[in-house]
Amino acid sequence: MTAQVTPIRTETERALAERLRAAPALDSGARIAERREAAILAFERNGLPSRRVEAWKYTDLRALMKQAAEPAGVPGEAEHAAARRLPPALDIDGCVTIDIVNGTPQGTGRAIDGVTIRTLAEVAAQKDAVLEHLGAAFEERSDVASGLNLAFLRDGLVIEVAAGRKVETPLHLAFAAIGAQAFATFPRVLVVLGKGAALTLFESHRGSAGIAYQSNAVVEFVLAADAEVDHVRLDCGGDAALSLSTLAAKLGDRTRFESFNLICGPQVARHQIFTGGPGAYINLVLQGATLLRRQQHGDVTLHAIHAAPHGTSRELFKTIVDDEATGVFQGKIVVDAIAQKTDGRMHSAALMLADNAAMNNKPELEIFADDVQCAHGATVGELDQDLLFYAMSRGIARAQAEALLIESFVGEAAEFIANENAREAVMEHVRHWLWERAS
Amino acid sequence: MLEIKNLHVKIADEDKTILHGLNLTVHDGEVAAIMGPNGSGKSTLSYVVAGKADYEVLDGEVLLNGVNVLEMEADERAAAGLFLAFQYPLEIPGVATMTFLKAAVNAQRKKRDEAELTTPQFIKRVNAAADGLSINRDMLKRAMNVGFSGGEKKRMEILQMALLEPSMCILDETDSGLDIDALRIVADGVNALRAKDRSFLVITHYQRLLEHIVPDTVHVMSGGRIVKTGGKELALELEANGYRDYVEAA
Ligand SMILES: Nc1ncnc2c1ncn2[C@@H]1O[C@H](COP(=O)(O)OP(=O)(O)O)[C@@H](O)[C@H]1O
Ligand SMILES: [Mg+2]
Repeated sequence: MTAQVTPIRTETERALAERLRAAPALDSGARIAERREAAILAFERNGLPSRRVEAWKYTDLRALMKQAAEPAGVPGEAEHAAARRLPPALDIDGCVTIDIVNGTPQGTGRAIDGVTIRTLAEVAAQKDAVLEHLGAAFEERSDVASGLNLAFLRDGLVIEVAAGRKVETPLHLAFAAIGAQAFATFPRVLVVLGKGAALTLFESHRGSAGIAYQSNAVVEFVLAADAEVDHVRLDCGGDAALSLSTLAAKLGDRTRFESFNLICGPQVARHQIFTGGPGAYINLVLQGATLLRRQQHGDVTLHAIHAAPHGTSRELFKTIVDDEATGVFQGKIVVDAIAQKTDGRMHSAALMLADNAAMNNKPELEIFADDVQCAHGATVGELDQDLLFYAMSRGIARAQAEALLIESFVGEAAEFIANENAREAVMEHVRHWLWERAS
Repeated sequence: MLEIKNLHVKIADEDKTILHGLNLTVHDGEVAAIMGPNGSGKSTLSYVVAGKADYEVLDGEVLLNGVNVLEMEADERAAAGLFLAFQYPLEIPGVATMTFLKAAVNAQRKKRDEAELTTPQFIKRVNAAADGLSINRDMLKRAMNVGFSGGEKKRMEILQMALLEPSMCILDETDSGLDIDALRIVADGVNALRAKDRSFLVITHYQRLLEHIVPDTVHVMSGGRIVKTGGKELALELEANGYRDYVEAA
């Protein structure tokens, strides 16, 4: 006989479970309803993950999520005005920008030839066939963040790029989380690319300063064969925010998927990346930089599955940890038995700027095929004193010499961002962070 | 003018004294050479004067134009007119050479209350100096010293020296690793900077460099001290007889 374990729930977990049952479901068909129910049941069974759950070992969500904040409603004029007052996280010319306030898209942007953009509410009402792709890139039953996103889902965006359409104009999704007291928001974006389509997508995240809001965003991509995506995400969320983010990609044959993620703002941030098959000859590039100070906590957790042969993946993540902050990198490359000739390289490098800063690095390979080339590495270091002396001996003051070296450390990852404006925007955030550090 | 008086230096976190009461004066406009066997403390001397943190000064003074620099940070010493061309220049991945040079020049101009150079002004100046040292302009776009050959790195040191216009230049084994053509380019670069208000301390193991950069004075260093001082003919004598006599004397 197995003993029935009655899990002990925290106040937050009990309140969250109640909110889950009370939340209205977005009517998007039987399949989604089933998945939603499974996610809710999983939450009722497991609660929030503590450090005993392997995937959350270094980010104890049970401890970090201090309350079951009320889900934000549809934003009104006050929220829109506040969103407009926030300094933009990404301000570059030549993009089509769509504002998304508290998960609700503000229109669907200027028309781009070959691109269909609709709200999730609209797509759900039409029971459109594109809904079959929602959640297709990952399994939320085993992941609490995306499970909660689905359970609380109210609206979002569905972006479709027609087969063969190579979109030149970058699309910028400008997320804002606005509120005067703690609240929760669950933005969702589904991007579906037809065969041979190409899209550059930027996401920027900002939010009310000083407010302990919780953002739990899911952005998922489904790429048909030969499709290409360049993705840059800037998480410049509010300084008291808890920012959970899930990026998922389902990759067809010969697809190219490149994503860069910057974390530079929230009190707690966790960015999770799930990529998987079915395609052969995929080309995957995942990179990022996380800048942490004070008591911030920043986690990048990625799980890349090579499910077919001849895939290439390159992962490079840089973490800068100052003061008493904590950085986390967990990366796992899985190579299925049939995925011969996979070429995977993953590296995490952390730069520690203070004695009380902490970094948890866990790169892993799980290889079931025998003819592959995979490597991973993790380094944790401090600023090179000899390099600092070299720069200072040229008259560069210590703070500026440090900034130069830190900037170059991040630059090693950011230099692969294909869009020059986006790359410059990332480095501008880095320079601003360094400037704040020095002043 | 550089005056070093009774300098005693040890490694900061080791019980190892390297300089044992070193005395040396380099006057304005003078080119002084220090020759000495490996391990005699030449690089240590250059690092201590430039302000590297790994050393502890036990006694003595280092005066640059009459001001004791030992309490200053390395960048302040640079702003006061000091320049060290490193024996082993460092690679700075991710920082374009041009970016680094501009940061250095403008940092010093700022400390001297001079206006920062605009980018076009600066590029013009760098290109002219680079051409003079046969430095390919493409190199300036690459990360500082990364993947440069030994000779290219040494030329890059002289380029920085030319741009920063120091009053006291220390060249630590600038000749090592150079073939004869590169040696001539570097020496010409240094000679072009000779001026009555600029002094040089040229550290070398071999006499060869001093055929191209002809010194006014030659000092022999051994065991962390200057053990003999003479004119340029002293270099030739060392070349003929080696350092044996001086190593024993130390
Ligand atoms: N940072 C250091 N730590 C330990 N030993 C050192 C250090 N720097 C120099 N030394 C030692 O000091 C002595 C002098 O070295 P150095 O100044 O490099 O001589 P030179 O340049 O004349 O060859 C050598 O024995 C060297 O090993
Ligand atoms: Mg030496």
